[in-house]
Amino acid sequence: MTFPTAPAPHAVAHDSVGRVMRIVIYALLPTVALHVMFFGAGLLVQIVLGAATALISEALALRLRHKPFEPFLKDGSAIVTAILLALCLPPLAPWWLVVSGTAFAILLAKHLYGGLGANPFNPAMVGYAVLLVSFPVQLLQWLPPAGMDIEQAKLSMGETIQTILTGSLPSRLTWDAVTSPTPLDALRTNLKMGMTMAEAQAAPIFGALGGRGWEWINLATLAGGLALLQLRIIRWHIPVAMLGAIVVCASLMYMIDPGTYAGPIFHLTSGASLLGAFFIATDPISAATSDRGRLIYGAGIGVLTYVIRTWGGYPDGVAFAVLLMNLSVPLIDRYTIPRIYGHAR
Amino acid sequence: MTARELLAGGLRIEAHKQRSTKAPIRAASLTERYVIPLDQHSGLPAVPLVKPSDRVRMWQPIAQPAPGISAWLHSPVSGEVIAIEPRPAPHRLGAPTLSIVIANDGRDRRFENAAAIVSFEQISPNEACEHIARGGIVGLGGAAFPTANKLESSLCENGPQLLLNGAECEPYISCDEVLMRERAEDIVFGARALLHALCSPNCTIAIEDDVPEAQAALRQAVDKAADPRIRIKVVPAIYPAGGERQLIATVFDAEVPHDGLPADIGVVCQNVGTAAAIARWIRDGQPLVSRIVTVTGDGVSEAGNWETRIGTPFSSLIADCGGYTERMSRLIMGGSMMGTSLAHDDLPVVKATNCIIAASALDLQPRGLEMPCIRCGNCSQVCPAFLLPQQLHWYLQPFDSDQLARHGLLDCIECGCCDYVCPSQIPLAERFREAKPLLARELDAHLSADAARARFVARNERLARLEAEHRAKLAQKRRPKNEPTS
Repeated sequence: MTFPTAPAPHAVAHDSVGRVMRIVIYALLPTVALHVMFFGAGLLVQIVLGAATALISEALALRLRHKPFEPFLKDGSAIVTAILLALCLPPLAPWWLVVSGTAFAILLAKHLYGGLGANPFNPAMVGYAVLLVSFPVQLLQWLPPAGMDIEQAKLSMGETIQTILTGSLPSRLTWDAVTSPTPLDALRTNLKMGMTMAEAQAAPIFGALGGRGWEWINLATLAGGLALLQLRIIRWHIPVAMLGAIVVCASLMYMIDPGTYAGPIFHLTSGASLLGAFFIATDPISAATSDRGRLIYGAGIGVLTYVIRTWGGYPDGVAFAVLLMNLSVPLIDRYTIPRIYGHAR
Repeated sequence: MTARELLAGGLRIEAHKQRSTKAPIRAASLTERYVIPLDQHSGLPAVPLVKPSDRVRMWQPIAQPAPGISAWLHSPVSGEVIAIEPRPAPHRLGAPTLSIVIANDGRDRRFENAAAIVSFEQISPNEACEHIARGGIVGLGGAAFPTANKLESSLCENGPQLLLNGAECEPYISCDEVLMRERAEDIVFGARALLHALCSPNCTIAIEDDVPEAQAALRQAVDKAADPRIRIKVVPAIYPAGGERQLIATVFDAEVPHDGLPADIGVVCQNVGTAAAIARWIRDGQPLVSRIVTVTGDGVSEAGNWETRIGTPFSSLIADCGGYTERMSRLIMGGSMMGTSLAHDDLPVVKATNCIIAASALDLQPRGLEMPCIRCGNCSQVCPAFLLPQQLHWYLQPFDSDQLARHGLLDCIECGCCDYVCPSQIPLAERFREAKPLLARELDAHLSADAARARFVARNERLARLEAEHRAKLAQKRRPKNEPTS
């Protein structure tokens, strides 16, 4: 009687990349749901377009690289990239924006570097950055959140799809009526026009904590992020370091001049701070890898986010901050090797 | 350095021990032939003292240690040596290794000279070490390192602290647990003998927190001995808490230097099974010719722990367990984390055989498809050596010896924790196991290259110096004679 042999260990926990990615997708659902509540169904159309593009791009790249389709199409990582990118785009942005951004993310940022596990930059953030520098006008045309006093342009699902696919609104509406800057963008513009912080934040797109609607979306993101922590899909180092750095920077500047600088709560609840901290910066492939390295990496993203938001040329800084810190990962990893058992400190 | 940091890493995994610990220890059936591999301990193979067709008695020495690290071997039965030839051995993954084959005459006639020492305290520590060597005692935790060699290399001023390892952290293995339950007095006797042989000030017996019955039995035996030098320390049941270096960190809050031995920090670690074997040798005159073997898994009808003579075929033990079930699929010697996978059961039990797992597909599910590393870092969270397996894996392809050395590949203890938690199903432990000797060789080559370079530089310097002296002498000679010379 002969038995098959295999190297030790003979029993392993049956975890998988697919499970990890699926949980990340589930954890994003509250964010998506509240986003749809405040900004309409556009996001859903963007996600469908993005996911389809991501899977087609992935399949194309796998074919070109002579890799098996099934394990990599099923691992869910392309879908996560598509959802994260779609969350960054204005809900009514024309279809070619999400399609070209996602294709760029998967084909160039991911597969050109060797596919899953080998990309030095976060693919979704590369896609977003490319779109932002190429089509800034389209990317900054956000919608006003639901519940504002101004005329709320309610689009039906059909109208939403039509607007995204054709790039033109139903005849009853004009772009001016349905677009509004994001709160971070509005704040920057208002401050530039010489308003004080109080005046700048008096506009109806600002809510109690940060941007109207955004504050709730961000709370949903926080809930999803805490679930990821609880399920040990991510660890605390990156989110805590990143949010901590934003809070420290914002508090410091707010204490120096509250008339010019927004406070820490505003920074946490506006823009992509929480999405970045829990879902983007925590992408392990492009992040630093030791605990200490992740603290440095997260803190770097936090500081850069604040700096770019406050003094840089773009309203939000998370994407560029993440990409800049992706760039520093090899350096961080090299100098944060933990002490090994039995070696002197 | 905090205890918290030292306990970092490791896994809490399903122990799978209940099945084999239900029944008490039973004696394995005797068989017709016993196969005793000469190299079943660490170090050098033993040298046979017998030749084919010699009659041997039970407990008679049949092979003596080679000079250096090696151990005595004794006959487990009385009978006749029928061959000294290569036979497949489990510790060689089933490859043949020179073995003494003994036909059992079934009479168990004892060897006369194997007299018990009634009181080990009457002999000197050195004599005690020598006596332990003559019993063929080796570490029974799995590595089978000759105990006398370990004791000799651990001797130090004031004596090292003795640590008895009862932390049987590997899944499935329960031979130490049943030993502590049923023969705790042997362990305490062996502990006192070891304390004497090492001139050791104290002994700590480490036991895991998930074996209450064994703890109670051990406590009772320690109380009965009333020896103030012996204490019991309960450690958390985390794999691999029973690894020598990990256990020392947990118990003494100190680390063994990466390039040193426990003796360097004044500790010597022995398995509880080894202590019990020493007791049987010193008290009863029985050398190490049998050990407790756990046979378990869904692939046998009845699991249990068996007092098994060394050389017994696996197949005989399996028959004692009611034979294989229909679900039998894989045979493992050792635990499920670090055990050896074997292709057949025509292999003898050796001193290192602590457990035989007859596994069904339910016990050990095949690994999933290997995916690329996503650097999640789960592996580094569980690594008991505080390594970054994800980085080691990265630097293996292509082989970057500088970075592998910097990231401590040679400090990997091959426990398999990283493998266990990897979502990408990467066989990390196997890769590291294969890469370690390559890296060690490359570093050795580096070292010898460095040494050669140093010799070359020194030679050039020496030649240059000689040349300069020579020139100076020449210059002196050419000097006009009227100038004063020194």
